[in-house]
Amino acid sequence: MIQGAVWKSVRQNPLTLFGGFVVLMLFVVALGAPYFPVHDPYSIDADAVLEAPGLGHPFGTDELGRDVFSRVIYGARISLWVGFVSVGIAIVIGIFLGAVAGYYGGWMDGLIMRFVDVMLCFPTFFLILAVIAFLEPNIATIMAIIGLTGWMGVCRLVRAEFLSLKERDFVQSARALGVGNLRIIVHHILPNSLTPVMVAAILGIAGAILTESALSFLGIGVQPPTPSWGNILTSGKDNLQIAWWLSLFPGLAILVTVLSYNLLGEGLRDALDPRLRGSR
Amino acid sequence: MLSYLVRRILTLIPLFFGITLISFAVIHLAPGSPIDVLADLNPKMTAEAKQRLISYYGLDKPLHERYYQWLRRFASLDFGVSFSPDRRPVMDKIRETLPITIVINALSLLLIMLVAIPIGAYSASHPYSAFDKSLTLFVYIGFAIPTFWLALLALILFSVQLEWLPISGFRSLDYARLSLAGKIWDMVSHLILPVLLSAFGGLAGLSRYMRGSMLEVMRQDYITAARSKGLSEREVIYKHALRNALLPVVTILGLSVPGLIGGSVIFEQIFAIPGMGRLFYTGVMSRDYPLVMGILTIGAFLTLLGNLFADISYALVDPRIRKGGKG
Repeated sequence: MIQGAVWKSVRQNPLTLFGGFVVLMLFVVALGAPYFPVHDPYSIDADAVLEAPGLGHPFGTDELGRDVFSRVIYGARISLWVGFVSVGIAIVIGIFLGAVAGYYGGWMDGLIMRFVDVMLCFPTFFLILAVIAFLEPNIATIMAIIGLTGWMGVCRLVRAEFLSLKERDFVQSARALGVGNLRIIVHHILPNSLTPVMVAAILGIAGAILTESALSFLGIGVQPPTPSWGNILTSGKDNLQIAWWLSLFPGLAILVTVLSYNLLGEGLRDALDPRLRGSR
Repeated sequence: MLSYLVRRILTLIPLFFGITLISFAVIHLAPGSPIDVLADLNPKMTAEAKQRLISYYGLDKPLHERYYQWLRRFASLDFGVSFSPDRRPVMDKIRETLPITIVINALSLLLIMLVAIPIGAYSASHPYSAFDKSLTLFVYIGFAIPTFWLALLALILFSVQLEWLPISGFRSLDYARLSLAGKIWDMVSHLILPVLLSAFGGLAGLSRYMRGSMLEVMRQDYITAARSKGLSEREVIYKHALRNALLPVVTILGLSVPGLIGGSVIFEQIFAIPGMGRLFYTGVMSRDYPLVMGILTIGAFLTLLGNLFADISYALVDPRIRKGGKG
């Protein structure tokens, strides 16, 4: 019944459907990239350097004569990876710390929440920059560091859910039956607190993709020749005066992707939260 | 009020040490040292020369000892000497670049307020109108757009295609020879894009926040009371609702500081502005520990200052917070 209501609310919101559709298409593009009839994103062509968009190269070519269209398509793979893995890391940390803080309370709660305060008041982008530059800049480092600096929101959400759920009857009765703490946390409370986490995760993917593109743009993210939307924009900046197409297309890809994840996430949040339903 | 302020400041102090401790640990535990970078640049460097450098910078000491040393120097606002070849004190470098970053960020904050507050208030007082719907659209796009990409597009349009604005830098090469009006225009034309673009990101967020705050206020009883008193809709909105809706919005400005200084790294890089963000970027690229640590500390300090500003403005407008437990 609840599922039906959620689906109805989603179906009535064209923006959510649009977001969901684009996200689905991005999966198809990212996973199917090697099977598409596009140019090899790595093949260098000295005769086709910085060609404007045309029939052979719909998005033009870069300073090494590589096809920008296929580089943008392969860039979708990177953003998909970064989005999912870094948010996955953030969720695992956030759920663990949030569950411990909310369930046990007391000094552990105090300690964890103070830590969250410190992390929240960091100029996060500064910290990410500092860490990545001291490490080897590559995709694994990026995913780890975006995840490690992005778990605080999830932690607060899970803690709040645990605080209210642990007083509920079904938890109390499980405890009365002698069920252990770990089992109560994992089997009884956690499944009931995952809905807001899922919404936060979808919105978090959008944020992670933006951060990755900014880092790659600064040259400390995904390293060339691996194509990512951010590092194609770096060559766009280097060839600013000659090749507008290097700047335009990868940025559009970021915009559409981030927009779609946000639309999907916010639509789901409205659909899952009955208090908001119908209010917009 | 005074006791509230003192309490707030006291809670910020451990926060500050928490931040510097985490920064310090993270930077120093990361593999790779500045000596390696120096050695990479100069392959003739002997192992003995390397060792001398390491002990000169204290890199062979254990972490807690180095943090303690750093704290002691920090107490006298001494962030140590930069690792870069010019060997200048970090504090001097920060002092040169920080004002530029602050000016740009202050201008863009001002712009954000001047634009976001009226449009947020207007769209809340005309909910679901065409204006309100276009604001919602703008907010969605504003949240999703990478502002550095927008900066590139603006540069292509205004500097490359139309040639209205200079492509980068802070001043023209012939700045000294310009007339006063020429100097002013020179500064304005160099600052206009960086300020506009760094304002853009905050604009979407703040106008949505303003709209929400205004909608919240419009639901309150005193607005109904003002209306039933027979006041015109104009008076209700601008005299009663707007003032109350502004309060939470002003406080959120203080919390936007970390985002702004993070963004200045990218903008100063794109527009080649010699501010603290660019200094940080060069420091990070050359693993200049004292410099990176110094700027992280200043960043943390500014962030906490922003938090304090938010607290103070909350307390100023809401007596319940100011009086604390006393009710």
